[in-house]
Amino acid sequence: MGQIIVMTSGKGGVGKTTSSAAFATGFALRGHKTVVIDFDVGLRNLDLIMGCERRVVFDFINVINGEARLSQALIKDKRIENLYILPTSQTRDKDALTKDGVEKVMEELRKEFEFIVCDSPAGIEKGALMALYFADQAIIVTNPEVSSVRDSDRVLGMLAARSRRAELGLEPVTEHLLLTRYDPERVVRGEMLNVEDVLDILAIPLLGIIPESQAVLRASNVGVPVILDDVSTAGQAYSDAVGRFLGEKIEHRFIKPQKRGLFAWLRGNSA
Amino acid sequence: MSEGIGLTRTENVSDKDAPFQLRGGSVNLMLMKLVDMTSDSFYERLSDKVRQAPNFFRNAPLVLDLDGLSGDENLDFSDIRSRLRACGLMAIGVQGGAPRHQEAALRVGLPALPPGRPARLDTAPTAQPIVAAKVQPPPPQEPPPRTTLFVSEPVRSGRQLYAAGGDLVITNLVSAGAELLADGNIHVYGALRGRALAGISGDTNARILCLSLEAEMVSIAGLYRVNEDIAPSFYRKPVQIYLKEGYLCLDTF
Repeated sequence: MGQIIVMTSGKGGVGKTTSSAAFATGFALRGHKTVVIDFDVGLRNLDLIMGCERRVVFDFINVINGEARLSQALIKDKRIENLYILPTSQTRDKDALTKDGVEKVMEELRKEFEFIVCDSPAGIEKGALMALYFADQAIIVTNPEVSSVRDSDRVLGMLAARSRRAELGLEPVTEHLLLTRYDPERVVRGEMLNVEDVLDILAIPLLGIIPESQAVLRASNVGVPVILDDVSTAGQAYSDAVGRFLGEKIEHRFIKPQKRGLFAWLRGNSA
Repeated sequence: MSEGIGLTRTENVSDKDAPFQLRGGSVNLMLMKLVDMTSDSFYERLSDKVRQAPNFFRNAPLVLDLDGLSGDENLDFSDIRSRLRACGLMAIGVQGGAPRHQEAALRVGLPALPPGRPARLDTAPTAQPIVAAKVQPPPPQEPPPRTTLFVSEPVRSGRQLYAAGGDLVITNLVSAGAELLADGNIHVYGALRGRALAGISGDTNARILCLSLEAEMVSIAGLYRVNEDIAPSFYRKPVQIYLKEGYLCLDTF
């Protein structure tokens, strides 16, 4: 049976979709059959980040409504074996996500895939609730600033109280913290919360720290998950985080400001 | 587990127009513990007692504590009441004792009062037991049973916990944006970053204890202090919060 993983945060713009694309791609690169699902009905973005926006025919909502079969809506990634994308509808809204409908799709996907990555919309309303409801594991995407941390805390409360596992009294959803857009230099200057501050507030295990990097925006614009950019610090950090998720022992990197030589200075901040 | 409750006691507008208002309240009453009603000198010795402080006892309402009796006595409460009246005391009810005694008392208009906490007798000019030398001080009564709500997982932002009628004990952190409510005490064995309101039904003896005070707000029996008003010396310290002479007090421990 496949594992359902929700990528969630409460707050918008912290990097959920980027992280969903990176993790799904990372799992597939390591040989695990993976599907990534866009739960942000009406604000469809995942297909852009994955670079498959021009191949969308049917979507998640069509499948929920029985207007298409799952196999018709799943888009196979062109670059990587074992990777599939289930895009969402841009014309509907979150009410299209019914619990029974989502459950039916999840059960079907569980039989076929090892990892099912659910890209949650921002907020704590129906879309986010449906994205986290069936989760076995949750990756909480948080930026090192107070409002993002508080929203993550709220979402952790929802996972503990309103997920399927909580309602059925099963083992709680496994929680992981992914700290994104981390800028060690700004942390040193006191302009950002440091890792310890965030861990002190959220008190969940740290899965990874993704440094602020221009590679992320560049990757989004060309529709290539940033994890495939293995020269970028963000790409490497995602790769480490995926490895840790799968049980590998990998030291955290990119926590301290890097000593930059003359060459790096000349290249500017483009790492 | 989580449920909303109103924090402020609001009165209905229509209640204000009513010719009466019913509300709960507590009053201090004199209790007379009956030990040996067969004693021939019962009323004689009572009269002596009353004579020592006639103003204090004049028309004093009195509750008869029946717990000291064996329960086998045949008591004529009508007679007891009129003889107490003759001593200047007005029996208004009974407390404790055997059911047959309570029923007999009720028949002559002396209802059984619910047990309360034993009051200190230092309001009376004569602090000695009223009846006889062999009277024992009233046994300390059990406080009303309290149920404690134990929570071991983190209380996250947006969650509200209410320990109705008792204490709330958290053995984990309480995040900013979480709200703890209890009729009794609140213990947080971790960082308290949210709001904590103890004694919300008016218990002024309720306390808040936490290992690291970073709360957004603390309140006891309606008296509150917001984060801004908490002295920095208490920040992130183990603190207990309680009411003393109508003021909210903080102590590190």
